[in-house]
Amino acid sequence: MASAPLIELIDVTKSFDGERSHALRDASLRVDTGGFIALVGTSGSGKTTALKMINRLIEPDRGEVRFEGEAVAGLDAPTLRRRIGYVFQGVGLFPHMTVGENIAITPQLLGWTKGDIAARVAELLDLVELPRSYAARFPHALSGGQRQRAGVARAIAARPRVMLMDEPFGALDPVTRDTLGTSYRALHERLGMTTVMVTHDVQEAVLLADRIVVMSAGRIVADDTPGALLSGHAGAEVSALMAMPRRQAERISELLQAGGREIPRHPPHG
Amino acid sequence: MDERFTDALSQLADYTSQHVLLSAAALALGVAISLPLAVLASRRPRLRFTALAVASLVQTIPGLALLALFYPLLLGLSALTVKLFGTPVPALGFLPSVLALAVYSMLPILRNSVTGLLGVDAAYLEAADGVGMTSRQKLLRVELPLATPVFMAGIRTAAVWTIGMATLSTTVGQTSLGNFIFSGLQTENWISVLIGCAAAVALALVADWALGLIEAGAVGRRMAPTVTGGAVLAIGIAAAAMPMGGSHGRGYVIGAKNFSEQFILAELMAERLEAAGQRVERKQGLGSAIIFRSLAGGDIDAYVDYSGTLWTNVLGRSDVMPREAMLEALTVALRERYGVTVLGALGFENAYALAMRRARAVEAGIATIAELAPLTPHLQLGSDLEFLGRPEWAALKQAYGLRFAEEKSYNPTFMYRAIADGSVDVISAFSSDGRIAADNLVVLADVKHAIPAYDAVILISPRRRNDETLRAALAPLIGAIPVELMRQANYMLDRDTDKATVREAARFLEAGAGLSRR
Repeated sequence: MASAPLIELIDVTKSFDGERSHALRDASLRVDTGGFIALVGTSGSGKTTALKMINRLIEPDRGEVRFEGEAVAGLDAPTLRRRIGYVFQGVGLFPHMTVGENIAITPQLLGWTKGDIAARVAELLDLVELPRSYAARFPHALSGGQRQRAGVARAIAARPRVMLMDEPFGALDPVTRDTLGTSYRALHERLGMTTVMVTHDVQEAVLLADRIVVMSAGRIVADDTPGALLSGHAGAEVSALMAMPRRQAERISELLQAGGREIPRHPPHG
Repeated sequence: MDERFTDALSQLADYTSQHVLLSAAALALGVAISLPLAVLASRRPRLRFTALAVASLVQTIPGLALLALFYPLLLGLSALTVKLFGTPVPALGFLPSVLALAVYSMLPILRNSVTGLLGVDAAYLEAADGVGMTSRQKLLRVELPLATPVFMAGIRTAAVWTIGMATLSTTVGQTSLGNFIFSGLQTENWISVLIGCAAAVALALVADWALGLIEAGAVGRRMAPTVTGGAVLAIGIAAAAMPMGGSHGRGYVIGAKNFSEQFILAELMAERLEAAGQRVERKQGLGSAIIFRSLAGGDIDAYVDYSGTLWTNVLGRSDVMPREAMLEALTVALRERYGVTVLGALGFENAYALAMRRARAVEAGIATIAELAPLTPHLQLGSDLEFLGRPEWAALKQAYGLRFAEEKSYNPTFMYRAIADGSVDVISAFSSDGRIAADNLVVLADVKHAIPAYDAVILISPRRRNDETLRAALAPLIGAIPVELMRQANYMLDRDTDKATVREAARFLEAGAGLSRR
């Protein structure tokens, strides 16, 4: 433990129904600078709650959240959020603003000059591989994938060091999802970001993240590299979760090795 | 072209301007109160419930009553400001009208704005938080723009209501398109009523269209429609304000109650002042309780009232004195108590009287109220809207023991219809009414002198007490109008066919009274 982690959740607990059930229970997590962490688990496992606590969209009942060593509870929420990029699930782009205006929001809130903002919007559109002319379009005129690219551009507009993503590619078709995931991972490297991503897609987590945190019923049940988790885990729940992408990968490589010949889906009885 | 038509058109610009200014001010005030209130209410459920309940409650009060209720309220406020700052607030005209209309406009604006704000998708609110907006930035940049279509719909509804309701402000002394409607109804000048209605409808349509353009522009983020709609509204309001801008200081204000004789006499007084080069504002259709208090309070400068009415209603006297003595006592009492000057009597009486169809009276052998009394349980009484609530009626009832089988109220014009077609047997007629002779009615004598004399008198407000211009213009009317002449002038307006305009009747009266214009 040389330096303090960039983000730290310490024994946080959250209940939305007066302690009858818990969205998070004594969960602790640390994220170091430069990491790409995927939070996975079934719906209701608490992964989104944990993510939203980092920028105070949700406040813990107990426990503490720290950002750059400071307790976030003591920070002004809007100021904190302007320093952290956030990509929303599904929608999130404001329908009454153009793509350019959406991307420009956080720089504008931070009081950047008009010239700086315009230059930044153009730069970001290039970065997320959208034509610059799209700045004048309204979100409804874009495809789902283009909208989410614009969402990523908006999140990184004010050059945050940290990016939070809530099932960012969940509503997209598999091809678009893969392309976007890969190009985001490249951005993450290039910009030296620290990323925490919530996803229910284990395969996506395995392919993109450096570290996978598995959650279940408000608790963290596993926290390791994708490789380590794929090669086996003590918990049945985690094993089952991780078995799926492994099986899929094995099946695909079998198909590739068979060189296109038909192979039986189930081993013959005998 | 029809004289009534050209006469109405000559007033159209003035009435429309005042109507536009009134509606615009009321709507602006309504929006200014309702929008912030809606923002607060959208965040606080208990305030939301209270605000919407109160606004809905106000909406159930009939518009006319709401306007009338602001009068005593402002009168009280005026007394307070006199005590605190030494200046009264006007209790009649623009102020009560604007306040009542603004209150009335609040419900649609409030309800739609709250609905619009609550209807903003929670995902956008979270996104606004997530990008680092403060709650104020979230409101201005996300919530209000997204709620715009819904609350603009509310403002449009309110605009249409306000423009329609503004016609009622005529009754509290604010000139509006309602002047066409109310005076037209009174004198059965349907052309005037139609012009008033058509103009109000046209205004409402234009306002709704312009607001619709603004809305479409705001929602679609296009400048052209918003600018066009805004320009239409701005130019309309500016044009309406223009004639006001030119004149300095207030001119004379002549008041009238809501019947033909009052319209004619007010017009006559106004024209004499105008002939003397003065600017004159006419406030017509005022209720008889409101009109004296507005004179005493200085909201109007002069009007014609009737000695018996003042004696019983204003001074609260129930005793009956001889005509001359009463006039003298009245003059002294009004000056001492209210500072109001009785300039003098015009020369005719407009007494409350009971009248029957001549044939019916002859058949039943009735010539006096005393002879009518025993038959009243089998008879129906028709009265104007005020009579049954007045002390004169109480006095008559008591003195003669009148017990009618049924008592119905009409506006005066319809009251004469009712006795003509036999719907009622007896009516509360006015002795100067031209229809008494024309409709072949007979006035029943008040043999017991239960009700006082009703000499028409010119009253002058305290602040114009020593105004020589006003006195010089009106003094020649004193003693110059015999009852036959007044009946003829009244009949010019009240007859069913070949109606004259108020202006024509006023000129007829002036010529008949032998008054030349300088």
